[in-house]
Amino acid sequence: MADAAALAAGAMTDHADTRFSAGPVERRKRTVERIAATLLGVVTCSLVLPLAGIMGVLLTKAWPALSWSFLTQNPQDYMTAGGIWAPLVGTFYLVFISLAVAAPIGIMAGVYLNEYASDNWGTRIVNMAVVNLAGVPSIVHALFGVGAFVLFAGMGRSVLAASCTLAIMTLPVIISSTREALAAVPQSFREACWNMGASRWQTIRTIVLPNAISGILTGVILQVSRAAGETAPILFTGAVFYVATPETGLEAYLPYGLWDRCMALSYHLFTITTQVSGASEELSYATAVVLIGLVISVNLLSIGFRAYLRGRKRW
Amino acid sequence: MRHSVSNRLGVAAEPLIEWTIRLCGWSAIFFVFAIFFFVFREGAPFLFGRLDVVDFLTNPNWRPDSPVRVQYGVLALIAGTASVTALAALLSVPAGLGAAVFVSEFCPQRLREVLKIVIELLAAIPSVVWGFIGYMVLNPLIIWATGAPIGINILNGGLILALMSVPIIMSMGEDALRAVPDTYREAAIALGASRWQLVYKVLMPAAKNGLLAAALLGIGRSVGETMAVLMATGHAVQIPGSLLDPVRTLTATIAAELGETVEGGDHYQVLFVIGTLLMVMSLVVNVTADLVVKGMRGKQNG
Amino acid sequence: MNQQVSQPEAPHVAFRDLSVRYGAKQALERVTLDVPRHSIFGIIGPANSGKTTLLKCINRTVDFATGVKLSGQVLVDGDDVLKMRNLYALRRRIGMVFPLPVGLPLSVYDNVAYAPRMAGVTNRDELDTLVETCLRQAALWEEVKDRMSLLGTKLSGGQQQRLTIARALSHRPEILCLDEFSIAVDPVTTMKIEDVLVELKEKVTIILVTNLVQQAHRLADHVAFLNNSKLVEVGTTRHMFSETPREQLTFDYVRGHFG
Repeated sequence: MADAAALAAGAMTDHADTRFSAGPVERRKRTVERIAATLLGVVTCSLVLPLAGIMGVLLTKAWPALSWSFLTQNPQDYMTAGGIWAPLVGTFYLVFISLAVAAPIGIMAGVYLNEYASDNWGTRIVNMAVVNLAGVPSIVHALFGVGAFVLFAGMGRSVLAASCTLAIMTLPVIISSTREALAAVPQSFREACWNMGASRWQTIRTIVLPNAISGILTGVILQVSRAAGETAPILFTGAVFYVATPETGLEAYLPYGLWDRCMALSYHLFTITTQVSGASEELSYATAVVLIGLVISVNLLSIGFRAYLRGRKRW
Repeated sequence: MRHSVSNRLGVAAEPLIEWTIRLCGWSAIFFVFAIFFFVFREGAPFLFGRLDVVDFLTNPNWRPDSPVRVQYGVLALIAGTASVTALAALLSVPAGLGAAVFVSEFCPQRLREVLKIVIELLAAIPSVVWGFIGYMVLNPLIIWATGAPIGINILNGGLILALMSVPIIMSMGEDALRAVPDTYREAAIALGASRWQLVYKVLMPAAKNGLLAAALLGIGRSVGETMAVLMATGHAVQIPGSLLDPVRTLTATIAAELGETVEGGDHYQVLFVIGTLLMVMSLVVNVTADLVVKGMRGKQNG
Repeated sequence: MNQQVSQPEAPHVAFRDLSVRYGAKQALERVTLDVPRHSIFGIIGPANSGKTTLLKCINRTVDFATGVKLSGQVLVDGDDVLKMRNLYALRRRIGMVFPLPVGLPLSVYDNVAYAPRMAGVTNRDELDTLVETCLRQAALWEEVKDRMSLLGTKLSGGQQQRLTIARALSHRPEILCLDEFSIAVDPVTTMKIEDVLVELKEKVTIILVTNLVQQAHRLADHVAFLNNSKLVEVGTTRHMFSETPREQLTFDYVRGHFG
């Protein structure tokens, strides 16, 4: 009896209890796992770190040129000096108009596809069309813009034509993200409303859309950053190398009308880097930094918005 | 129940609203066909008139401005697109899928949130900025590292495209892995699998359709990319002999030359034909990726 | 009281030779049935026997299923529902409660005020009275009267089910249909709701689909037994649960020998 008790006591304090320690197979599994984890971690870091490095380089080289006047002055001396105000305004116009066109159409198309369309071959074609529209190369969008808006619709190379081209580019993603946001609203809500005698549109208007609007908005905000950054679609549809701007007066700050060609920040970066000789390096780095900053802030806004919404879930 | 006037108006307006919505829905399919139609239309006369399709696809000489003999062979351009895309795929698919696995399975929660945000921001960087990075930053780096005479070439373009594709592949791959039902994971762990075994033997086979689709879409993006390759691969229209040779892709050719063509002229029309070709290529990639994903959903439901 | 007097008056709801198919699958086969006014009419039967489909035919929500084919008649007060055009008005005459409780993501007040508002009621006092009446009728008033702005989705399951009933009552239906209302709800709430139904049947015809045979026995005045898309037998509760119903199948099901 005393032996048993001693054995038991010994077992409880014995840390080398071999029943639970790892055998050779176990140990090998764990080593493989550790190697895999490290390798994959290294791969991931090797993506992130060089990029951090690149961003650092960009920022340092751009620093001397970044200033308030850089943002508010127009390019001067055939773009070898001055600022980026005119391109900034151009980008703003393009983004605003293209989204004013694409957002309503895209959102309504998304509502149609998720709320009204029954599952038949017609809808499946529309779905395929949306997916394919999203994958069209950006230069093909430019060609389409030239063929359809510049030539066929007679808009000529203009802010309008370029905006329409950008609108077609952002349309499919707005449709998809609207559908996703709508699909996230549980079907049981809709059925409860239908059974009370509410029509489909009443249900959408009062229950579905208000609860999906946040997801929809996130999708639209993301397209803002995309429209601001794309170059190819505006290349031959409205963006130009240089627009001469007067020194003073309203025209210096609002240099374009709907039918004029415009400068744009993304295209400006391209030209100032590859086409303009004599421009200081700092100028092009600064332009790049401003463009990146713009795009990243819009995206951070949407990410923050999403995080805020997740906390406010209503079901 | 009394019916207020505004409510009656609302009910009457409803069919109108529904028809507007319906119209918008069909607009998507209209625009896809419109894109194809308008691009095709501008190049069609030349395509059906004077273009020798076989010569077009197999001739390595692209000399639209030659005063002696104008040639429209896109073989070199296709080689340009193919070489840069191949290099990009070679680098980005393993890296992207590896990162997807890491973030999805091996990463601590906190780090995962941060990484996902970083990846999302990376995906948002415009292509002209990537081109800028290739032209200004990688260019001297490559010259310094390899001693090549110029730093804008396949290597530069491939690296840049790889960096651009990785975020797409990674986030889609991660979605595919996350979509594998938890029951698979629980079963494997209950049988004593380590995390690596879980990933390698259970999750990746289960998610293979989604992972394949992710890779395909990443490659598709590389094929269609314009500004970045325009700035990073150079201007030499030639079939490359090494990674350090500059090339010109199909997309960059259109971007570089359309501005100088005469509207309606031969050169102008050929560029539109190239555009049609690009559109067909991207359609094929997208439809394939879409079918592959559908295959996954079909199998999981069955 | 209505049970003892024979029913010379016309049935409230009458099914005549109703057949329903979802694509290739037959959900209901030639069902002929009368539902008398102001009583609780129970419908029992095993799973997939067509009970839910029967309810959905009354307010035409069966239309939402894809590939559905209907034949026969569903008469509400003599009018064939299957030929009606103004479905919104029809659905307002019928209240529907589902097995899974659904609270809309609105305040409790707005949940109950939803249907009246969609129908055009805007007077605040009218809405207030309506909301309170319906919540009281659904035995939920005491629990929410001080928390009317609480989100409907944040209530407990039993509260949400009673909220659903209050919503169903908010458009003043003549017929209240309940489809297995108690399966996701605790026994105390079930009891409360059963009391509510007994009180309501004076004013509203109640059709109660249930797979809890005992519940039908407790509450219903008449019971119909469906099996395999067909109507097996219908009669007073007493008859259906007696030693001698017309069909052996009824006898077996009611005693739990299958299903």
